[in-house]
Amino acid sequence: MERMKIRCTLIIAALVFASSAPAIAAGGKTTPAIHNHWHFDGPFGTYDKDALQRGYQVYKTICASCHSMKQVSFRNLGQKGGPFYLAECPAGVPESVDCSNSNENPIVKAIAGEYQVEDGPDDTGDMFMRAGLPSDRFPNPFANDEQSRFANNGAFPPDLSLIVKARHHGPDYIYSLLTGFEDEPATVTVAPGQYYNPYFTGDMSQLLKPEFLNEEGHPLHGVEIPPGGVLAMAPPLFDGIIDYADEATPETVEQYARDVSEFLTWASEPKMEARKKLGIMSLAYLLILTGILYWSYKEIWSKADH
Amino acid sequence: MSHESTYRPGSFVERWLDKRLPLVRLAHDSFVDFPTPKNLNYWWTFGGILSIFLVIQIITGVVLAMHYTPHVTMAFDSVEHIMRDVNYGWLMRYMHSNGASMFFIAVYVHMFRGLYYGSYKEPREMLWILGVVIFVLMMATAFMGYVLPWGQMSFWGATVITNLFSAVPVIGDSIVQLLWGGPSVDNPTLNRFYSLHYLLPFAIFGVVILHIWALHIPGNNNPTGVEVKTKKDTLPFHPYYTVKDGFAIVAFLVLFAAFVFFNPDALGHPDNYKEANPLSTPAHIVPEWYFLPFYAMLRAITFDFFFISSKLGGVIVMFSSIIVLFFLPWLDTSKVRSMRYRPVSQLWFLIFVVASVALGYLGGKPAEGTYVVLAQIATAYYFAFFLIILPLLGLLEKPKPLPKSISESVLKKPDLSSANAASE
Amino acid sequence: MNATTETKDGEPTRRDFIHLLASSAVAVGAAGAVWPLVAQMNPDASVLALSTKEVDISAIAVGQAIKVIWQGKPVFIRHRTPEEVVEAEKTPLSALKDDEARNANIGDKAAADDSNRRLKPEWMIVVGVCTHLGCVPLGTDRGESRGDFNGWFCPCHGSHYDLAGRIRKGPAPENLKVPPYAFVTDTVIKIG
Repeated sequence: MERMKIRCTLIIAALVFASSAPAIAAGGKTTPAIHNHWHFDGPFGTYDKDALQRGYQVYKTICASCHSMKQVSFRNLGQKGGPFYLAECPAGVPESVDCSNSNENPIVKAIAGEYQVEDGPDDTGDMFMRAGLPSDRFPNPFANDEQSRFANNGAFPPDLSLIVKARHHGPDYIYSLLTGFEDEPATVTVAPGQYYNPYFTGDMSQLLKPEFLNEEGHPLHGVEIPPGGVLAMAPPLFDGIIDYADEATPETVEQYARDVSEFLTWASEPKMEARKKLGIMSLAYLLILTGILYWSYKEIWSKADH
Repeated sequence: MSHESTYRPGSFVERWLDKRLPLVRLAHDSFVDFPTPKNLNYWWTFGGILSIFLVIQIITGVVLAMHYTPHVTMAFDSVEHIMRDVNYGWLMRYMHSNGASMFFIAVYVHMFRGLYYGSYKEPREMLWILGVVIFVLMMATAFMGYVLPWGQMSFWGATVITNLFSAVPVIGDSIVQLLWGGPSVDNPTLNRFYSLHYLLPFAIFGVVILHIWALHIPGNNNPTGVEVKTKKDTLPFHPYYTVKDGFAIVAFLVLFAAFVFFNPDALGHPDNYKEANPLSTPAHIVPEWYFLPFYAMLRAITFDFFFISSKLGGVIVMFSSIIVLFFLPWLDTSKVRSMRYRPVSQLWFLIFVVASVALGYLGGKPAEGTYVVLAQIATAYYFAFFLIILPLLGLLEKPKPLPKSISESVLKKPDLSSANAASE
Repeated sequence: MNATTETKDGEPTRRDFIHLLASSAVAVGAAGAVWPLVAQMNPDASVLALSTKEVDISAIAVGQAIKVIWQGKPVFIRHRTPEEVVEAEKTPLSALKDDEARNANIGDKAAADDSNRRLKPEWMIVVGVCTHLGCVPLGTDRGESRGDFNGWFCPCHGSHYDLAGRIRKGPAPENLKVPPYAFVTDTVIKIG
């Protein structure tokens, strides 16, 4: 009978495992993402606010010129758990302002004000540009998908608001991709405007040089197909390309990649801190209740007429 | 095992109501004083767990419907709106998506339990058949619900599964067009799926009531499979089984909470966080985990069978795998209900469980090479178990002696309380 | 069969305590689970954030009025003539049904003088929702009835508002609300 119980556990475990097994991309293999330790790991993990702020700087300076982030509004930056949340107002802000309200947060207002967003139509029926407000979404760098594709050599830069949730091992993947650009192996030809990355999904066997292929176009025996794929995004980060206000933080590709991965994780899951906090309370309650009910159950059944 | 009502209305109001609408009497006789075999183990708590999850799904679903927009241009964004802006929206959404998985974990345990202890056998055939109806409705509801967020997996899952019907000879394409409401999966498809996704849970609720009714006519089966003989074999449902079910439900909610709060996307697929794109199919389309065994059977048929193409064959096999369950009460020829007293059957049952889990695993793998061969073997076993093994076992197997009564089987155990706690 | 036993003097035993504890713990949890189900119906973060609107008022001629929509509600903007301003200002508080200013731009409990209902004398800006049962009063567009007090008139149940949007006659209990607004420039106002 005990065996049955173990069996059931195994069924469930197998089902859970099967469901989370990573999909295998058609064609070539991809290098597994570099495993990082993140501040938000684990049931008590939170976002590192400084890293979020630096990550926002990286996003704004580098990523935002091509990638949209359409699910995120400026006001989100000042929400609890966000990069610019203020529990209390800094000195010099009038008393009537509630800085913990992201719509009134002075940093968020300043950030929003740096952007021009389209509004309208006005009384004459024309659209017009105005300074951004906390309630506005991050503006798309391109007017539409077609323009975006045209400006980027036919490749569409994906929206970044959910990029971390939309990839297996999201934060590790983003970090690996950003730090993983390297020269292509000698066995393949990469077209101009394409860049090799061992962490990107693709099928490198299609890019093998002719001398490594047999007459039917299949790779010769013993020729290793490089992992990864090619993408239209040039390596976006270089050491020192962004100037961090905090002098103690290294200005390296690795650090930029870590910070922007943390920021994008927040953008994908801005309610994570609230979720974990409620989760700890709920689990504690349920475990205690399980104990109490077990005791009550034993007590009642001890009187059963056997 | 219908029993005399023991309800004695006390106050004037109770007596007044009892004469006009004996609702309290019904509840009392069904859930308070209902005589229940005293030897039910923890496998019997999954019925209660399933009821709770039906309620959780309906409540969170009604809440989500207050904020969701069923339109191809807004569905994906409205789900993100729920996740980011609506008060506790993330909680409702994660409860609903993970609740579906918990629902299926519980229903599979519930079904395997019925299979092992012969709960489908005479006089409980209707109970079993209604259960299979609920299972079919659950699958339809879950499938349509997964389409609503309008992510890549939603869209391509809908496309692939509805395309199954195109395998039907002659009228297949017309059926598919009818399901889609157009030449492809698009806004009309999304809207009708939303409408039906809202409707079907209430149909499930209705069939659940029939299921419980059909349970209360013959009464519960039990691990010995021996029918209740005297009052000594039973305990009143309340408080004995309310507290035991309650304990099991809360313990199961711990698992649920662990997923909802600490790994909410583990059972989903990252591709569904990409908005649906009719121009690009994901590299590897997989259904939600609870459909994987059936998906594996669909893909296992890679060969034509006489005039039946492999495509149609896969569809027939997949649907037959569920249809066969309706005939189970008559396929099992054994006189003995519980496999506890059928040592040979236990072995074949164990292989059946392994085959089912293997199908689940294989459904998540690409359909190529050894995976296909393994899926074919497991599919063959799945059908052989119902159509050949169970009918023959009943005729050939020599069962162990049965206890005379439930009381006898309970009393011969040395330590009563621990035997009960360790379950069967 | 009864699960709970009592000692002779009727005091609950230690055994009863655990069942009591179990039921109350379940009740507390159920009550806690209800809160998110109720709270989800409150305005969400995106609704709370969308609260400002800029309006160019340069095109509104003296004596004319326009309607704009703010937070899903109409806002009336009337460019009053000097005579209308004088008439509104000389109305004594004793003639008013509701003597509170109902102006979001100044503190509560201010008196409903015309000067407490406006930022600039010629501009009267009020939320166009009748304080009775929420209809939109007439009187903004040309040719509509402006009621007995030359301001606005609600056709649903006959409430008459004056040139400062104050209730003068009819079932409405309060003056039309003045929304929070500010002059960005002389010709542009920002509502909210």
